[in-house]
Amino acid sequence: MPTNHQTDRVLDELVEAARWGDRTAFDELVRRTYVDTYTLAVRLTGNEEDARDVVQEAYLRAWKGIRRFRGDSAFPTWMYRITANAAYTQIDRRRRRRTTHLDDVDDPIDRRLDAQPDTLAESRAGLEHLSAALDELPPTLRTLVILKDVYGLPHEAIADELGISVAAAKVRLHRGRKRLRELLDASESPGEGSRARSARAV
Amino acid sequence: MRCDDVALLLPEAVDGEAPVALPVQRHVESCLRCQAELARYRRMLRGLQLLRTQYLEPAPGVLSQTLAAIGEASEQRAIRSVLSGRRLAYVGAVGGALAAATATTAAAVLLTRAKRRAAAPTATTAAAVLLTRAKRRAAALATH
Repeated sequence: MPTNHQTDRVLDELVEAARWGDRTAFDELVRRTYVDTYTLAVRLTGNEEDARDVVQEAYLRAWKGIRRFRGDSAFPTWMYRITANAAYTQIDRRRRRRTTHLDDVDDPIDRRLDAQPDTLAESRAGLEHLSAALDELPPTLRTLVILKDVYGLPHEAIADELGISVAAAKVRLHRGRKRLRELLDASESPGEGSRARSARAV
Repeated sequence: MRCDDVALLLPEAVDGEAPVALPVQRHVESCLRCQAELARYRRMLRGLQLLRTQYLEPAPGVLSQTLAAIGEASEQRAIRSVLSGRRLAYVGAVGGALAAATATTAAAVLLTRAKRRAAAPTATTAAAVLLTRAKRRAAALATH
């Protein structure tokens, strides 16, 4: 079983070969990292169809820009940044195509009424519950929460990829966390969820 | 400080990256409600960090389509590279011909100038001789 260190070294060697135009090495990089990239793309876009396009676009950008990759961060981290940028473009494109604004969808949908707050972070169901709540966040807030709190990218890198200021990135992150907490609360309190649905129905 | 005010600050304070003002800290230490709220935020953050280790099964064809797209992009790049190489060679050839033509013209001009310069002293000498002769005739006429 290869260790993380060995895996990193292999990735570094593949990156170095790819920087010199070795297509086979780059294809191997794709094979080794695409599940991670795909997972991030699904989390950011909220659907598999967009995620597929985002993954393709992200690796195309990476291949075109591999010579500029200086190795300041690990290759997967570099891919997170490119994927975030590609996903942001995709979300924006889809939003322009729609007549309604995704940010207008505010009311939480109560999906898992039986989830217990205490087991949220510990159980598989808890993680699914959290994942579902993440999907309910408006894309602009979801992107920040995922990139910072799930993937641990620094504010500066996120702001850079999304073309916003660091201050704006922080504000969106805090709003996203607050909104996520509200969504979790709503799904953990059946009464409130029902009330929200009733209010929407009226 | 009220719980509602503190609640607004918890999303920022939960990861411990930003410094928390002393009054907020004191309030949380003495308020069970805010402690519970902070605990919920922390639990949420732990859950989010755990999500990082959860991978989703890619939809069928994601890898093959991605590799195919990269292959296509590489071919296009190679074609562009060949074309730009040919274009460069063409531009080089035209440029070379132009440079050769310019050099020939310049050489011809320089040669003409050189010939003129070479001829110029002879003309000056002839003029001087004619002038001297004219002066002599004028002196002779004056004597007579």
